[in-house]
Amino acid sequence: MRQDLNAIYSIWLREMLRFFRLKSRVFGSIASPFFFLAFMGIGFGGGTTMSGIPSGVGYVSFLTPGIIGMTLLFSATFAGLSVIWDREFGFLKEIMVAPVSRIAIVLGRTAGGLTTGILQALIILVAGIFMGMKMPSIDGFLLSLVFMVLVAATFIGIGLAFSSKMKDMSGFSLIMNFLIFPLFFLSGALFPLERFPGLIRDLAYLNPLTYGVDGLRYSLIGTSALSPVVDLAVLAICCAAMLFLGAYLFENTEVK
Amino acid sequence: MDGPQPSQSKGEAAISMQGLTKRFGEMTAVDHIDLEINRGELFGLLGANGAGKSTIIKMLTTMLMPTEGEARVWGHDVTRERNAVRSSIGVVFQDPAVDGMLTGRENLDFHGRMYGMDGPLRQERIDEVLELVDLAEKADIKMEDYSGGMQRRLEIARGLMHYPHVLFLDEPTLGLDAQTRRHIWQYLRNMNKDKGVTIILTTHYMEEADALCDRVAIIDNGKIVALDTPSNLKDMIGSDTVSLEVQSGAEALMSCLRSFPWVNSIVIVNGTIELMVDHAQSRIPEIMQEANKCGAVITSVGLHKPTLEDVFLKYTGRKIRETGGASGLMGTMMMHRRRK
Repeated sequence: MRQDLNAIYSIWLREMLRFFRLKSRVFGSIASPFFFLAFMGIGFGGGTTMSGIPSGVGYVSFLTPGIIGMTLLFSATFAGLSVIWDREFGFLKEIMVAPVSRIAIVLGRTAGGLTTGILQALIILVAGIFMGMKMPSIDGFLLSLVFMVLVAATFIGIGLAFSSKMKDMSGFSLIMNFLIFPLFFLSGALFPLERFPGLIRDLAYLNPLTYGVDGLRYSLIGTSALSPVVDLAVLAICCAAMLFLGAYLFENTEVK
Repeated sequence: MDGPQPSQSKGEAAISMQGLTKRFGEMTAVDHIDLEINRGELFGLLGANGAGKSTIIKMLTTMLMPTEGEARVWGHDVTRERNAVRSSIGVVFQDPAVDGMLTGRENLDFHGRMYGMDGPLRQERIDEVLELVDLAEKADIKMEDYSGGMQRRLEIARGLMHYPHVLFLDEPTLGLDAQTRRHIWQYLRNMNKDKGVTIILTTHYMEEADALCDRVAIIDNGKIVALDTPSNLKDMIGSDTVSLEVQSGAEALMSCLRSFPWVNSIVIVNGTIELMVDHAQSRIPEIMQEANKCGAVITSVGLHKPTLEDVFLKYTGRKIRETGGASGLMGTMMMHRRRK
């Protein structure tokens, strides 16, 4: 047990060292959500109103939680998928041959992905506030952290599940274009879900990120399409299921 | 003969395999291997690439699950007691397994933490193993800037850092220059003799197996085709070969030599007489005298003592280099690619 905690910590520590050592990765991963926030915010913000957004809530306020969700989606999925890099560069063998439980390895990865994901999400939050989003309350902020953790953990689990089944990075652009982007656009991050036609809206409710974005909106700007309790419950279930799936598949990988 | 020593008396083998088998789909990579390796032994698995050596190592180090059969490492079953096996062993993989974005010291520190060492102990062991492989001065450089040889040495240091009972090395000197290779041999010998670490290595370099190992198993198509000390294996090949290139009088010389009892056999191959003789160096003067007597003119004399290469050829029907050379180059290229 103590040894497993050590292992979780050492894997987390390595992720931190790598993250802060690769400045380009920090900037690269934050750049695209930042551009979405800046250009969508400027383009649709200002005086225009959008049906589905409660009056009195500016578009930037509406958008920022969505972009936070996007940041978490991308960074968490990549954190899960980064196991493929370790496989490619051989380091996975060093991890797998160590006398620690496989679940500790998964938890260490998850802790690393959570930390870097939430750091990036907080940068976007600050950027949103600078662009005119209302300051959230302390309670709201703390609740938003809970949602951030759940969203990030869910997608780390998905990333881990994929990385256990993929031999190299060749499937990466498929995952990017046919999983991550659709999940992003189908989450209501950019505009209210009620603007979607019925069938697509139903699809959106199969997307865990939808509940994450909705919960983040509730906690940060006090408005949401669903009850925050529903958001929390759905996300918690998804998070547990995906982490379990990721850990299960990871446990059974062989390292050739 | 420096065979396995006192540690044998402890009774239990360091490693035992019974019917160990691994199939990948239709292909049988390892085919019912039965083998015991003693505690304190420096053991070599010799074979061409694709013979199944690495797959054996991967099963013994819990990286792959056996399809059939059993194996125990330091008394622990490799499928049922995986963490106990992992605690007993150190592994140096064939392909680099380091994080290039971290420094050598950070890679070792990560390793120490994963093996449950506390801060002061890690510090002590890191300094100790860095010293051992002469990398103390390069410890704080990112590993992506290490040369292939330095990387390899750091990986060996890492494999030893937690004082494993058994150290596995998969092609430890693949793609390294001769000098680095000799260095690494020296480290391994010291580790084995001074610290009593049981070492199992795979190689397709004959000289390596011959120079280092107490015992060698020759692996071909996933099976053990020969198993003994290098000197016993070479003795099985038998006599030395003396090759005589003769300008004239070959037939006469052959019939003269045939009458000597110490000539085991004599043939002529492409105009060169090949004599199978025991202790050939002491027979060469006699051969020269005999040539003078029967008027043959010898233009050159060659002496060939049996090597593991001959043993390998005898048991597998192939020269190891036919496959080994090309894949050695591939291995080097892979290492280059990986270091980018």
